[in-house]
Order: sequence, then C-alpha cells, then structure tokens
Amino acid sequence: MTDDGTSVEGTAATESDAAAESGNRESATAERTADRLDEPGDASLVVDDLSKSFGGIDAVDGVSFSVERGSLTGLIGPNGAGKSTTFNLITGVNEPDTGRVSFEGQDITGLRTSDIANEGLVRTFQIARELEEMTVLENLMLAPRGQSGEKLVNAVTPGLRGRVREEERALRERVWETLELFEIDHLAEEHAGNLSGGQRKLLELARALMLDPSMMLLDEPFAGVNPTLEEKLLDRVHELREEGLTFLLVEHDMDLIMEHCEHVIVMHQGQVLAEGEPADIRSNDRVIDAYLGEDI
Amino acid sequence: MATTERIADVRLAVTERPTTALFGAFVVLLALDLVFKLLGFELTAGGASLLGGSLRFGRLITLVWNGLVVGLGIGLAGIGLSMTYSILSFANFAHGDYITSGAFAGWAVAWLVAGFGSGALDGNVLFLATVGFGSGGPSAGELSVNVLQTPFAIFSGLVVAILATVAVSLLLDRLVFEPMRDQSGIALLIASIGVALALRYVVVFVFGARNRGLTAGGAKLILAGVEGKLALATQRSTIIRAQGGDVPADAFYTELPVLDFGGYSAELLTVTSVELTLVVTSLALMYGLHVTLQRTKLGKAMRAMADNEDLARVTGIPTERVVRATWIIGGGLAGASGYLIALERGTLAFNLGWLLLLLIFAAVILGGIGSIYGAIVGGILIGLTNSVSLVWIPSSFSTAAAFAIMIVVLVIRPAGLYGGVTTA
Amino acid sequence: MSESDTDPSESDGPPSDGRSAVRRLGAQLQDGDAGLIALVMAGIYVLFTIFAILGPSQGFEGVVAAIQTVTLWTALYAMLVLALNLHWGYAGLFNIGVAGFMAVGVYTFAALTAPTGATPPGLGLPLWVGIVGGMLMAALAGALVSLPALRLRADYLAIVTVAFSEIVRLSLLSTTFEEFTLFSSVPFLPDVPLGTGAGRGISMPINPTIPVKSIYYTNPQNPAAGDFTAFGETVITAFRAVGVRQTVVVSLTYTLVLLGFVALFYWLLRRIGNSPFGRVLKAIREDELVANSLGKDTRMFKIKVFMVGCALMGLGGILWETQRGFTDPTSTTFRPIQTFYIFIALIIGGAGSNTGGVLGGALFAALLFQGPLYVSRILSKFIATGDAPSTFAGALAPVASLNLTPFVAYTLQNVSSLRFVLVGVVLIVLMHRRPTGLLGHRKEVASSIDLGKRTSRTGPGEGRPATDGGNDVGGERDD
Repeated sequence: MTDDGTSVEGTAATESDAAAESGNRESATAERTADRLDEPGDASLVVDDLSKSFGGIDAVDGVSFSVERGSLTGLIGPNGAGKSTTFNLITGVNEPDTGRVSFEGQDITGLRTSDIANEGLVRTFQIARELEEMTVLENLMLAPRGQSGEKLVNAVTPGLRGRVREEERALRERVWETLELFEIDHLAEEHAGNLSGGQRKLLELARALMLDPSMMLLDEPFAGVNPTLEEKLLDRVHELREEGLTFLLVEHDMDLIMEHCEHVIVMHQGQVLAEGEPADIRSNDRVIDAYLGEDI
Repeated sequence: MATTERIADVRLAVTERPTTALFGAFVVLLALDLVFKLLGFELTAGGASLLGGSLRFGRLITLVWNGLVVGLGIGLAGIGLSMTYSILSFANFAHGDYITSGAFAGWAVAWLVAGFGSGALDGNVLFLATVGFGSGGPSAGELSVNVLQTPFAIFSGLVVAILATVAVSLLLDRLVFEPMRDQSGIALLIASIGVALALRYVVVFVFGARNRGLTAGGAKLILAGVEGKLALATQRSTIIRAQGGDVPADAFYTELPVLDFGGYSAELLTVTSVELTLVVTSLALMYGLHVTLQRTKLGKAMRAMADNEDLARVTGIPTERVVRATWIIGGGLAGASGYLIALERGTLAFNLGWLLLLLIFAAVILGGIGSIYGAIVGGILIGLTNSVSLVWIPSSFSTAAAFAIMIVVLVIRPAGLYGGVTTA
Repeated sequence: MSESDTDPSESDGPPSDGRSAVRRLGAQLQDGDAGLIALVMAGIYVLFTIFAILGPSQGFEGVVAAIQTVTLWTALYAMLVLALNLHWGYAGLFNIGVAGFMAVGVYTFAALTAPTGATPPGLGLPLWVGIVGGMLMAALAGALVSLPALRLRADYLAIVTVAFSEIVRLSLLSTTFEEFTLFSSVPFLPDVPLGTGAGRGISMPINPTIPVKSIYYTNPQNPAAGDFTAFGETVITAFRAVGVRQTVVVSLTYTLVLLGFVALFYWLLRRIGNSPFGRVLKAIREDELVANSLGKDTRMFKIKVFMVGCALMGLGGILWETQRGFTDPTSTTFRPIQTFYIFIALIIGGAGSNTGGVLGGALFAALLFQGPLYVSRILSKFIATGDAPSTFAGALAPVASLNLTPFVAYTLQNVSSLRFVLVGVVLIVLMHRRPTGLLGHRKEVASSIDLGKRTSRTGPGEGRPATDGGNDVGGERDD
C-alpha cells in the first residue's frame, strides 16, 4: 500500500524519506531541462525581473535573484521594501505585472497558489495564520498532499471510506511524529487559536513541513517568538536544511540573518539593493546608507 | 492622464480577459441591433430574425426617459447604501426598508397637510396619518394631492421623509450597529437583515399591507413631431388637432424652433409633473451633496475613512462623527428617494424598498462600492438597463436583466466602474 | 456538547451486527447530542400540548394535530438548515438564495412528473425520476451561480445568490414560460410541451405524499374515495376510536418520513464534515489563503460543496412544497423571506453544528413560527375582545379614551405580521449576544478517525493523551 510510504516511524525515517523525495525531484528536474530558464549554478528558485504596482505605487520593481538549492538564504530590507509582496508574487497570491518565477527549472509564473504549493514550494506567513478553530492535530492533518479523502465521493460513499480511514491512520502517525519533533505534542488537541505567538510559529512550520516541500519561504518566522523558542525553531531549520530542504527567510533581525544565512539579499524600495555573502553585505556602502547607519 | 490609463486598462482587458471582450462584443451587437431596428431594417436567415426589426423612435425615447427617471431614483437611494458599505464595511440589507419608512413618514405628512388644505382633516387625522389605511376617509383624488395643486403638502412631505429617515437610521445605528462596530461585515449584514424584517413589519402593522394610490392625476407635457416640427403641448388632443392643421386657440401649444424634418408626425415623449419633480429634486440633492463633500472638512474625512478606516483613526479624524454623518446623509437621501419614487409611481406599499433593494445593490456594485458618483452612474445604468431591455425581452424579465448586468460586472470588474479610482 | 467522533470502531459498511448500531446510538446519547435534541423536542411537545388544550377546544385530535404540525415544521426547517449548514457553517459560503434553489428543485420535479396532458404539461415521469432530476437541476443551478460568485468576497456571494433567487421567482411568474415547447425548432428532437403555469401555478399529482398515502389507501391519488388497504383499515379505525381523523394520520405518517430524511441529511453532513474533505472546508471557512498555500485548490472544494448543498436544498424544497400537490410562485416557500427564516434557524442553533442546526430548526419552528399563532389563538379565546378593528387607526383612536381593548384585539389579529418583527428582533439580539448561536461553532474534529488516539506509542509518553486506542488497527503495521 502506498500509505506505508508515508507512514514512517521516527525522525530517522522522515529524514531518509525527505532525502529520497528530493532525489526524485532532482531527477525529475533533469528531465525538464528543456524548458529551463537561464539559471546560475544549482538554483532552486529563480526570480527574474519581477514587478508589481498597486494603485500606481511600485511595490516591487524589477526584482531578480536566485536561491541556491539546499541553501539558507536571507531576504532583508526595511519595512515596505517589498519583501512580503515578493513572497506573494512568488507563491501566486498576487500576479506579477512583469517578470518570471521559476522553481526547480519549471516556470511557475501565474500558476495558482495551490499548484505552486503542490510543486513543493511552501510558505509561511508574517503574522501566523493558523486555522484558529481547528485543533493543532487538524491543522497538521490538513496539509499532506494527495489525500484520497479530499475527494467527496471517497469521503461519503460507504464502501470507499474504509480506505480513507486507513490513510488517515497512517497520516496520524506522521502528524504525531512531527508534533514530537517540534515539541508541541502536548498541545495536540488544543484549538490553534489558543496557542501563544511562538507556538503558532512552530505550528505553522510543522504544518508546512507536512507537505513534504523541497523549498520553504519563511516570512519573519521569529517575529514575536521568545529566545528559547527562536533557538528551537532555528535548530529545526538547520536540521531540515541538512536533510536537503532549501530555505528563503525574510527577517528583520540583522544579527540573526548574518549569523545563520550563507547568502543574503537586501531589498530597498521594491528593488534589490545588494546580494552576496553576509560579510560583503555588512560592508556594502549602499546597504549601510539604506539602513541609515543601523548596526549591521 | 486618467483617460490614457483607462484606455490602457481596456486594451489589457481585451487581450487578457476574454469574458470582458465577450461582454463588450455583446453590447456592440445590441447597439447595432438597436440602430437596425430604428432604421426598420431586418436581417433574416431561414425565417429567423438575426438582427434588426422595427422600433418607433418615440418608443426608444420614452424607454430612455423612463430609465433615467427610475435610475435617478435608484442612484439617489444608492448613495446612502454605498456610503455605509464603504465606511462601515457592511452591506446594509435594511437600506430598502429605510426607504420604505421614509416614504410612509413623508406621505403621512403630505396627506395631513393636503387634508388640512382641503378641509378634510376633521375626524380623519388618523386615517390621513396612516396614508389611507382602511376605508371611509377621503381619497387621494378628494384631497387633490399632486405637485401642482398642493405643492406645499408635497414639499413638507419630502422634508419630513428626509428627517424621519435620518432619525430612524440614527436610532437603529445606536440600538443595533454601534454595539457591533468591532464585528465582521457578515455579522453586521445578518443583523441588518433582522432590522429589515422588524422595520418592514412594523410598517405593515401601522400602515397595513395594502398597496394604496397616493396622488391625484397631475399635469404632463407632451413632446411630439407635428408635420416635421417639434412641438410641446399639455394635452394629447391638442397634438392630434395640431397634426390635422387645426391648433386650438385656448390650449397650450408651442412649436420648438428647431430644424424641420419632412412630414414627420408622431408623439415622441410624455413627461409628467411627478417625473420632472423626481428628476429635478434628485439632481438638486445630488449636487448639494457633491458641494458639501468637496468643500467641507467632513467630506475629506469621509473620503479618508472610506479609503482606510484604520488610517483615518490614526490620523485623528473623529470616526464616530463621520459614521453619524454617513447615516444622516445616507438615511436622508434614502428617505427622499423613497418619497420621490412613491410620488413618481403614484402608489405605495410596504415592500417598496425591499423590491428596490436588489436593484440598488446592483447599482452600487456596478458603480463601485464607496463611490458616490459611481452609485449615481450605476443607478442610471441600472435604470436604463431595466427600461431599454424591454426592446428585446418581455417586461417580466427586465429586473432579471438588471441583476444579470450586476453579476456580469462582478465577474469582469469586481471593483465596479469607479472602484479604486476615487471615493466619495 | 461536542459532536466529536467518539466511537473509533465505527464501521464503514453496513453495521455487521445490531449491537454495534446500538452501541453507536448509546455513545451519541452519552455525547449529549441526541439527548439534547430529544430533551428539546420533549419540551416543545409539552408546550404544544398545553397550547392545544388551552386553545380552541378540539379534544385529543387537537393535541395530536398540534404535535404533528410542530414536528412537521421542525423537520422541514431542520432539513434546509442542515443543507445551509453545509454552505455557511462548514465552508463559510454565505448563500442567501436558498429559496431560489428550492424553487429550481420543485419546478424541475413538477415538470418531470406532471402528466403530459395537464395544463401546464409535464413529462409524466415517475416520482423518483422527479426527485433525482430536481436535485440534479438544483445542483446545476448551484454550479452556475457559484462559478462566477465564488471568486468574490462573501458579501458579494450573498448579493449574487439573493439576486439569483429573485431571478428564479420572477421568471416563474412570467407568462413567457407559462407554456412552451422544448426543442420546437431543433431538428431530430421531439417537441416537448412544458410549462411553469406562471401565476396559475402547476399541479403535482405525483408527489412524495403518494407513497405514504398508498400505505393506507388502495387509490392514493384520491383518498376521499375511502378505499382502504387492510393495514390502513386497521390503523385508521384505531385512530378514529380516539377521535383522530384519517387526514391527521396521513400527515403524521408523512411527518415521520420527513424525520427520516432529517436523519439522512444529518448522517450525510456528519460524514462530509468528518473527513479530509470536511477538513479542507473547515480550513476554507477559517482562512482560504492558508488552505491555498497548503496546496488545496479551494475553488473545486467550494464548487463541489455548493452543488451538494444546493441539491439538498432542492430535495428539501420538493419534500416541503409538493405536499399539497400544487405550487405557484407566490408560495412563501420561494420568497426571500424563506431564506432568512432558514438562516435565522441556523444562527439560533449555531452555524457549523449539525445538532445545533436541528435544534435551531425545532426552536424556530416551535417558538417563532408556530408559537405566536397558538398564543394569539389562546389569548383571543380568553380575552373577550369583540370585533377587532381592521385598521391601526381604528385600534389607536379608542386608546385616547383609555380603552385599550380594540388595540389588543388589533394586535392579536395581526400576530402574523408581528411575528416577523419578533423574528427580526431575535436575529439582532442573537448577533449582539450570541453570534455563534446556542451550540457555537462546530467543535467536532474534522477527520474520519479519532486523531487523539495513536496506533503505536513511540518513545516515552510525555504527558501525552492516552495512546492505547490501537486495538482496532493493531495488525496494520506488521505488513
């Protein structure tokens, strides 16, 4: 049964599973080289000349960058620099006026948000958008792809429901394991709306992970999170990266970005101001100017 | 600059949005058909008519005029709905019943004043105050209520309609909507349905469910072609006799000094005094509102709030004051429109506003929620659709056609014609 | 009072033995849902028994009829409330065109089942074809409305649906379709005469009451002839002995059938809700963008659930409107007010909760819909009001001379319109005090299994909820 593939025991299994998953993805990518866009090196996500204006104001104006596969890339910039809009354009929440986005060599510009998520590019939100009236368990159970019970016929018809239940039992195991991994299993049956800010961030990350993504876009995942939890979240991110996941991280905290990311993109007024390794960024005059002498 | 943007918009719409282009093509086809019909030209294929047919020019003018009259009434009513929709962020389903309340309050006073004038007040106060609920009292004809014979009664009715509806909407805001300011638009919408039901059936309790005649027949003005000349008269018989070359000496008859067009003789348009009253009063009220909003601080504050309520709060605009002003203006105009629409129809029943409500929603959505000019233009377009659609479809579907226009607009341009351009 | 899936051993096929069904019922009673409904219905029955006794005396039959009436309305409202709950409670789709979808169902049913020779003519097809056809057509209408409207904000959907229901009603009133011929100019297809009957309405000699009547009568089309079946003879004689007429017996039986349909609706909704499909619906209600970002194509879910809900509304409409064997567009069933009634009943019970929906239907039918009529009848009986004035003016005039009797009489006479005022006020108070209704939002977990119970325990249980529920799937992990 296919369920056995998804119902895995312990974290070790999850790791190997994810690795296998990303392996599949790479081979699939290789097959698709024909419609590859120009991309430098081994890029997972390529953003090319993306623009979007709202009511005459250019929120994002000709943004291009790429995110290397398996990297932890930081995206910084002052408020209103267009970071969240860029996220929205990448994930299909807003349609760009111009420009293209490609993910794993495939053009995903103009695809629906749900299709992009199913391609393996999953995001979290700046203000945690947990599903308040759903329990933590339900939140996680929601995420996995290709659940046969999401088809109305399977959900309702007496003969077919048995398989749905089998599948759900297998998923339940995975959900509990993920909850344990994020150490929120004691909150499993709590409504998400009752969680603290930091717990919500953990929940969001755990939920996104249930989709088996190959890349995650994290929009300020540490905002409003206490230092202990922040540490825990960062540990998870590093672990997952070692398993092969790619991360693009929007963050306000310069020190955190400089310490944890190997590549940094700086946005300012809707444009990419600078791009490079943390050390280069730290000494970039334009970046310093933009931040008006803030300690970078 | 706005125009070029608009043109660019259209170009984008055609290439990227096939539904829009399809709708545009449909409108062009209808326009073409209309021209063919007027010219009396018909395109047929295998017995089935494809395009054209016949349509009297006078009928089209009448349909357009009727559409304008109805549309102005709807537009006037729509302003308030649009304002509360954008400033309080909810679709007020009670708006139609504000219209009804205003109409009844206004007409109660109009009848009382007319009763006082004709000496019929004695023993009939309650009958007149319930706008003729029951039997045995004087009829509209006996009171001779109409614009020309009892202008003061009609005018006092209008004033009271406005004041009473303002009072009703402020009271209901205080009782129902103010405690719910922090709730979602849907919660407010549901509460407004409750308000609508309660208000409507209080009206039934007091005024009865019956449809009643309001006015005694009034004067009218007829525009007609007489032997190639355009002429105005107050009586149809005058026109007929004038067409026979025999203009009666005592009747009102004026030939207009415009170009001669052959031997054309036909009635083109009849304008009644009540229609004219509605058009003039509506336009005056709309212009008054325009001036108020452009010239006063309040107007600016309202525009700011419609754009962004949080922003308006932060920048220190007294929002409750703006909300109150919204209800005063919106309620007052709703009352006025109810009163005037009832005047124009000459009849009044408890479901007047409810039946109008969906057309008003259509107008507001068409124009773009939050835009006052949008509501007016939307109202006129809905009125015209409702009326001119009779060229193609039976009258029982004209309302459906107006709703269909609304749904089409929602699909191809959810922000409405004026949406996102300017507010207030 | 949650509707949680308490019984993990719920089997999926037909119950293997009677005991599991009994066990399930027991679990539900414990859960409080079925118990609560029973309690509320008992309260309503006591109240209506008192009403019947206090009201104009009709003896035992009066009591039976009162209870039958209130149960009938409860069942009718409960069905439609449940259908609406699927839209509004489960997925947050604000459909206020319920009456329109009911009308589509009813008129399709009528067109399919009406005899070919009647005015207006139908297709003369059997009952079940009419029911299935009505449901399908209502679902199709739902798809038609939802395709453009579901992309829009919730309040726009509201306006579009209510506009749709008015378009339907006005079209049915139109004489254009009073009688028409389908495929009249299409080659190779037979001419099919049909019609809505416009204002004159349409007869439905074949309707869901016929199978019920056929239990008692050999000629169910014409019960007045009085040809009883053997069973009918026995039952009707027994009821006659206690003073209950045969029409009441038939109504009572039809009411029981309707209760069966309520149970069916309830079962279906529970199944939809407690599944991965229902979980996505719940997510859409909470935050559609999140559902999208988690890879759910929410449009498909919304269209599907909209269509299913509309089909149920069509079925509800058929069971509701065809009882009299006749309908016309002026029927209250098709007016927008009907939609609001159903909405109010849903809000009373609590959008999202199926038990709440049934309770809301019962409370609405009993207290707001039927109650005021009974109360006014009782008051009219005990207060000698004389002839009620026919107008407000006539009622108000004597008040000046401190004579309140005419005013009271007028009020009692107009209870049916004051009832609307009451309904409106109740709605406002609910939105102020308890916007989530009596039972609040759906609390049951959207899954076909109990998520709290784990199949196996991995690692030390650190204060985790009990994890011993694996017995039902014990063998699964070995293969």
